Amino acid sequence: MIADGAGEDEEKWLAAGAAAFKQNAFYMQRAIDSNNLKDALKYSAQMLSELRTSKLSPHKYYDLYMRAFDELRKLEIFFMEETRRGCSVIELYELVQHAGNILPRLYLLCTAGSVYIKTKEAPAKEILKDLVEMCRGIQHPLRGLFLRSYLAQISRDKLPDIGSEYEGDADTVTDAVEFVLLNFTEMNKLWVRMQHQGPARDKEKREKERSELRDLVGKNLHVLSQLEGVDLDMYRDTVLPRVLEQIVNCRDEIAQYYLMDCIIQVFPDEYHLQTLDVLLGACPQLQPSVDIMTVLSRLMERLSSYAALNTEVLPYFLQVEAFSKLNNAIGKVIEAQEDMPILSAVTLYSSLLKFTLHVHPDRLDYADQVLGSCIKQLSGKGKIHDTRATKELVTLLSAPLEKYNDVVIALKLTNYPLVLDYLDSENKRVMATVIIRSIMKNKTIIATAEKVEALLELIKGLINDLDEPQGLEVVDEDDFEEEQNSVARLIHMLYSDDPEEMFKIISVLKNHFLTGGPKRLKFTIPPLVVSALKLIRRLPEEGDNPFGKEASVSATKIFQFLNQIIEALPSAPSPDLAFRLYLQCAEAANKCDEEPIAYEFFTQAYILYEEEISDSKAQVTALQLIIGTLQRMHVFGVENRDTLTHKATGYSAKLLKKPDQCRAVYACSHLFWLQDQETIQDGERVLRCLKRALKIANSAQQMTSAARGSTGSVTLFIEILNKYLYFYEKGIPQVTVESVESMIQLIKNEESLTSDPSAESFFASTLRFMEFQKQKGGVVGDKYEQIKV
Amino acid sequence: MNYLRGAFKPACNISITFTDGKNRKQVPVKKDNGQMVMNPLFHSQETIAGKVCIEPYQGKKVEHNGVKVELLGQIEMYFDRGNFYDFTSLVRELDVPGEIYENKAYPFEFPTVEMPYETYNGVNVRLRYVLKVTVTRGYAGSIVEYQDFVVRNYSPLPPINNSIKVRSKLSQFPGSLSLFILNPFALKPLLASDMLNSFGPLLDVQMEVGIEDCLHIEFEYNKSKYHLKDVILGKVYFLLVRIKIKNMDLEIRRRESTGAGANTHVETETLAKFELMDGAPVRGESIPVRLFLTPYDLTPTHKNINNKFSVKYYLNLVLVDEEDRRYFKQQEITLYRLKDESS
Repeated sequence: MIADGAGEDEEKWLAAGAAAFKQNAFYMQRAIDSNNLKDALKYSAQMLSELRTSKLSPHKYYDLYMRAFDELRKLEIFFMEETRRGCSVIELYELVQHAGNILPRLYLLCTAGSVYIKTKEAPAKEILKDLVEMCRGIQHPLRGLFLRSYLAQISRDKLPDIGSEYEGDADTVTDAVEFVLLNFTEMNKLWVRMQHQGPARDKEKREKERSELRDLVGKNLHVLSQLEGVDLDMYRDTVLPRVLEQIVNCRDEIAQYYLMDCIIQVFPDEYHLQTLDVLLGACPQLQPSVDIMTVLSRLMERLSSYAALNTEVLPYFLQVEAFSKLNNAIGKVIEAQEDMPILSAVTLYSSLLKFTLHVHPDRLDYADQVLGSCIKQLSGKGKIHDTRATKELVTLLSAPLEKYNDVVIALKLTNYPLVLDYLDSENKRVMATVIIRSIMKNKTIIATAEKVEALLELIKGLINDLDEPQGLEVVDEDDFEEEQNSVARLIHMLYSDDPEEMFKIISVLKNHFLTGGPKRLKFTIPPLVVSALKLIRRLPEEGDNPFGKEASVSATKIFQFLNQIIEALPSAPSPDLAFRLYLQCAEAANKCDEEPIAYEFFTQAYILYEEEISDSKAQVTALQLIIGTLQRMHVFGVENRDTLTHKATGYSAKLLKKPDQCRAVYACSHLFWLQDQETIQDGERVLRCLKRALKIANSAQQMTSAARGSTGSVTLFIEILNKYLYFYEKGIPQVTVESVESMIQLIKNEESLTSDPSAESFFASTLRFMEFQKQKGGVVGDKYEQIKV
Repeated sequence: MNYLRGAFKPACNISITFTDGKNRKQVPVKKDNGQMVMNPLFHSQETIAGKVCIEPYQGKKVEHNGVKVELLGQIEMYFDRGNFYDFTSLVRELDVPGEIYENKAYPFEFPTVEMPYETYNGVNVRLRYVLKVTVTRGYAGSIVEYQDFVVRNYSPLPPINNSIKVRSKLSQFPGSLSLFILNPFALKPLLASDMLNSFGPLLDVQMEVGIEDCLHIEFEYNKSKYHLKDVILGKVYFLLVRIKIKNMDLEIRRRESTGAGANTHVETETLAKFELMDGAPVRGESIPVRLFLTPYDLTPTHKNINNKFSVKYYLNLVLVDEEDRRYFKQQEITLYRLKDESS
């Protein structure tokens, strides 16, 4: 309510002021139209008296000021005409100073001064100096700021700059600069003074008002930057030190922040580069509450983009040691601002890192130094818990990855993992994901064990539970799975052409993964196994070694390695996985002609089957795998093979469900007949298997009809028929035409055939297949010819 | 009616003209009734010459016991109205007793007249120069005509013209260099003319009001003697500011004292009020002073003119704080008329 009231009052005051203003402006215009200088001065002074108000907020005051500005333009033109009509400009300059009130007097003086300069009857510098000095009369912050802003405005195009038509003697630029600097200094003083006037409870309002006015002050710096004559020397020797002196000495938070930023934004990058130490030297001297972080970040941003756009300036960056200066400055700033939040410190280093990555991409040591300094700041503060700071730290750590697109570079940064350590485990995981994603995106191949070791150190958040007690944090299952999958993907990026190195890599991986806890193993071991198997495949054939040198990496060694890692698996609730991996390995061993190893893997698989796989469905699948694998094994001697096949058939017969039994048994038949292997062609046992399957199928059907009163499926019979056909086609002598025919007959007699459409169609297609084979002719066709359906 | 008018009308019309009347500079003078009239301007040591014309009205003759012209320098005190004191009196007899039938012109001349004082129109006192023509008559009463003229005298450039530099520090009490604080309630009576006469007591009183260590300034005016078209330049430097100042003005005050001893009358006028500063300065600020004297109606400083009156000028620096308390410091300056001036 109070605020509303004040606002309304203000509106009223503004309206009243504007009305009086308009009236006097009207009279002034009339006096101008009738060329009456005396009246024009009188009414303009009265008009400007409205600016003497203390009742308006800066915003409203600005409104009034703009009106005055427009009116004064008219007056200026009139003054100019007067001088052309013969009125001495010197007289005019005196005349306006007769006004009794200082504010209107000074506005008029500035206006007359502007005309004075234009007539060039006196050097611009003298008039400007006089104006800027006289303006000291206004000590009221708001009114003073606007008056001086008016002065700045009218003088902008009249500075005795080089190349300007008002250029003076040899020191002309100095004069121009001095003028602007003086006006700037005075304006800043007034601006800062605002902060300390009025009651403390209005602080917030005052700060808001001040920020509305800040551009008036900053404008001066902009003017300075636009001066032709302000070259690097001038900037370094005069402008910058003077401006900084003012900034530091005003000891005002808002001003310091704004003006530092102003300097950075308005002056050319080249100047910043050459005066870096001066500029940075001022930073630690600022008030502790100044948001120096943003200031420095902006500076570094600007310098980085400057370097990015102009590659030819890069040598200068080195020449002026931009990096070390920035690094030192940041250190000092952090030192000076004791209670600077971690966030700011980290942000600063983050910007610095980005800067050095952009400017000196070849100087990895710089990046490492940044990280080192960052550690120094973080040390003793424990893990960071401020979420924004952590986020910033993640940004900081991601920067090198983004820049180089090559994690290998990051691995060279010795301080990188140390910084990483300051993250809590959750963010470590985030960071690790970032790293992995970068690797995957860029398809970076990491080719040495050493680097792999370093990399694992970086992503250990994903590999280990870390030192934090478990259970404290609840990790989302899906997230966890995703993370682990990414680790799994990562493993394929760790690759070396040199088998020896590759073996080292996988050994390193093993060491890390095995400590990772059971939850992770099921994700990490399979790709590792695959990786190892791939390595085996690449190994030179034994005895193929032209140098006769004993290879340090032998298949045997890798198989041992594999055995070890798979052994780690069963402890986790994933026997199925280990089982499959064993079979995989066995197959690989088979290819390497390593009979004992293959046998060992099989044994492991069998043990797992017996001890861990109890679910009947899983058993069926497992058994199919065993049979499938075993069938392809050619490395075994008769005895070993016998043992294994015997075991396999034994398992088949012990399955719980009859149909499963049946299917497993007829599958076993394949174990005894390998087309291309003379040694494994035992038709007798094949037939025995098939017969046994048939028997089981029979009893299965009986069991269903007994239990449910209906006949069971004939599908099993048809399946067995297919097996018969297969072996018949292969030419096993024990599988005769008669046995096939009787099989067909058996199915045809089965009454349930018609009631089961799927079985019926299965049978029909089997018959069609036979017909088809018959049509083909040749040896096979002949064989089928013999079968009488 | 015509008859009546004729009866009371003076028998003749007297006019006084100066020899170089057409070319001589005229300056405006304020008459008693407030009207401005233009009067010719003379300087000391000038010869004042002219012509007195006596024009009898149609068909009348003027009998007289003699015609004379007088040049008078008079000081007139308003509180003692009617009493003129003539410090200069020169007489020229123009005619012996006789009769005038027709228009008659008498040339006259006062060679190199010594006119040491300037014409002055003050609050309580007036110094005037006048030509007085008297046609002396016996029974009908003399016919008298006056013609005022203005005298202004130039001063040479003062050989010594030091700047005025004052450092005012309230904590230095009891010194004479202090700012006076005026109780706002006592403002009006204290501003009266007696204030300056009771310099000492006032100081004592004000110091006890006490704003010790509140305001501490130094100010400087470039000269102590200014000619009437001069510019006062200077600066005010704030050494210590513990009060909230609203603004600062520079006033030009004229102190006119008339009479002597117990009958002294002092009248102070503020002729100029010129704002020097707007807002509250902080320690270390220095505020420029530049005051053009041209727009103001000033006279030279007059010191003890014929033991009758003095006119002095003061620069009064006034600081007003946010509670409208006024602090001021007054410095006398000497004004003089410089030869090169156009007037």
